[in-house]
Amino acid sequence: MSVDLAQPVDGGASDEPNFDPYAAAGGAGSEEGTDAVFTLTGGDWDEIARELASAEEGEPVEERIVVNMGPQHPSTHGVLRLVVETEGETVTEVRCGIGFLHTGIEKNLEYRNWTQGCTFVTRMDYTTPLFQEVAYCLAVEKLLGVEEQIPERASVIRVLLMELNRIASHMVCIATGGMEMGALSAMIFGFRERELVLDIFEMITGLRMNHAFIRPGGVSQDLPPGAVDKIREFLALMPTRMKDIEALCNENPIFKGRTEGVGYLDLTGCMALGITGPPLRATGLPHDLRKSQPYCGYENYDFEVVTWDTSDSYGRYRIRMDEVRQSLRIIEQCLEKLKPGPVMIEDRKIAWPAQLALGGDGMGNSLDHIRHIMGESMEALIHHFKLVTEGFHVPPGQVYVGIESPKGELGCHAVSDGGTRPYRVHFRDPSFNNLQAVSVMAEGGMIADLIVAVASLDPVMGGVDR
Amino acid sequence: MSQNLPEKAGPELPQPLAEQAAEVVAVRRGMFGGNGTSGDTSGYGRLVRTIEFPGQSPRPYGGYFDEVENELFGALEERDLAPERAIEKVVVHRDQLTFHVRREHLVAVAKTMRDDPALRFELCLGVSGVHFPDDAGRELQILVPLLSITHNRRVHLATSCPDEDPHLPSLTGVYPATDWHERETWDMFGIVFDGHPALTRILMPDDWPGHPQRKDYPLGGIPVEFKGAQIPSPDQRRSYR
Repeated sequence: MSVDLAQPVDGGASDEPNFDPYAAAGGAGSEEGTDAVFTLTGGDWDEIARELASAEEGEPVEERIVVNMGPQHPSTHGVLRLVVETEGETVTEVRCGIGFLHTGIEKNLEYRNWTQGCTFVTRMDYTTPLFQEVAYCLAVEKLLGVEEQIPERASVIRVLLMELNRIASHMVCIATGGMEMGALSAMIFGFRERELVLDIFEMITGLRMNHAFIRPGGVSQDLPPGAVDKIREFLALMPTRMKDIEALCNENPIFKGRTEGVGYLDLTGCMALGITGPPLRATGLPHDLRKSQPYCGYENYDFEVVTWDTSDSYGRYRIRMDEVRQSLRIIEQCLEKLKPGPVMIEDRKIAWPAQLALGGDGMGNSLDHIRHIMGESMEALIHHFKLVTEGFHVPPGQVYVGIESPKGELGCHAVSDGGTRPYRVHFRDPSFNNLQAVSVMAEGGMIADLIVAVASLDPVMGGVDR
Repeated sequence: MSQNLPEKAGPELPQPLAEQAAEVVAVRRGMFGGNGTSGDTSGYGRLVRTIEFPGQSPRPYGGYFDEVENELFGALEERDLAPERAIEKVVVHRDQLTFHVRREHLVAVAKTMRDDPALRFELCLGVSGVHFPDDAGRELQILVPLLSITHNRRVHLATSCPDEDPHLPSLTGVYPATDWHERETWDMFGIVFDGHPALTRILMPDDWPGHPQRKDYPLGGIPVEFKGAQIPSPDQRRSYR
């Protein structure tokens, strides 16, 4: 029996049947004094319900229960803890508890040089690694004052990867959101489609996640041969796969019943709570930083800002699906814009000295570069050494750069003290901010709707807790 | 930004803030950071560098920045708050406009930024702290990025407080979005936001000692032992500055 396992082994109190080590005298919720407090630490629900019923005999049964949902719960997107106060099935109050995945990324950044920062920021929101990299690199480049010098091809590759990443992230959102509602087919489809994108990432960056591919000054290496063909295959395949998901969900009465009108958050609420991304666009406001404040050359791409006017979870789902379409459009234009050229800034004081190349023994520094620094130029060797060990200096100052991640505005506040390491880097993660809306969206609804409301925000705890 | 706004009478425009020198936030010595346990054999041991952050920028700033400043200063005067008292300096750095606000007027300035029709900064994108242990009297600083969707503009508010009195007014009354961000800044820097409804730790456990993002808080980590050698943990290593 599970209750036995929870008992302490040191005799005494444990002889008592149903001893509860956590039942503190006069615990939470006992302010009125007359209320019986039941602390649940495993056991049989029937027993607890019976106890509840017998204790409240004669009195009107108060079904006010505080339930701790998470931090280890399949429907909380990682380690989100929701403290839910319920009356029957109705949620009367929700509080979020976060921080379970706090890894001190921002602190760690301050002990590595600027280029190494990419390796940290990519691990924040692990479904959108490339967006953190771009936000970080744009901030560093702004601090350096070299935004204009980023090669065209590097910017196109950045946009290409970001839009692929947007598709992957939206697919995860739809997959996990579907799963939490019991729509397991949506989960299978979503993760299958995401896999297509991850395969492309693996080919281009070498890794499925945590790429550290986008670096201050450009990208770490050029697209490998065959990458463009693989992306074209994906572009041909994805619309048919999209139809699968849309045929499954768009007009599905159960899906609509679970999502329509659920997690309602109107424009006023979004503005007050700083909500951006699909939840904001679901209120009908076409706010998209790619359009309003273009970066990485987004002004040169033809795409539409998708909106919906229902302010609910269904609208957010539809927006995500349509944004995937727009992303496919942008990717197609990226492939046309890909002109041969450098992918790293000219400035040799900033640019990573070597491009990687495939040698006989695998991927490594290109042999031409090795020949140059080892056999031809002492100065080149010194420069290589200085850049790789010491890094480049960034003039003192602070900047804030915001980009449109799949979840909303991803901001990077970077402060430099003129050294080779970040003085302070703070990420304004959209999930962190958007989670504040959970209580507004879920209170007064059903417990099952709380799950849908959280899923429609698409929070990823890696980004929330950093 | 080619709006043909009605020209306001020239003399009514608020006076620009006095020129200020760049702000020295720290003075560094030697070539390397770390704790000085590793000998500096580079020959640069007596190097002294001052870390200067940009001071008051000269007008005009260019772009929409001048307009925002005029509107803000005008709106503040309408509220009987002299801009020179509320705003310490206006910095344009890397094409970004930052108003350094005196902390006692932060809420009034933020409210003006949000409510004035010509400013209309609806979205507040959080609060981010920075710790400058050597910047006496201004050790703890925050940056509050604002976004106006109406006018498609970005502006930052910045303010600071000394280490001995780490109090700043809370912006939650003006921008409820800053709720968690202020909790995070309290958690990480120990800045107390007066007026915040529930200023508790958010990322670290409730009983955690110290505020991890402060510069005097160690990164932690243990030295890595090799046979006959020891590699110090990342914050103890010799490092370039």
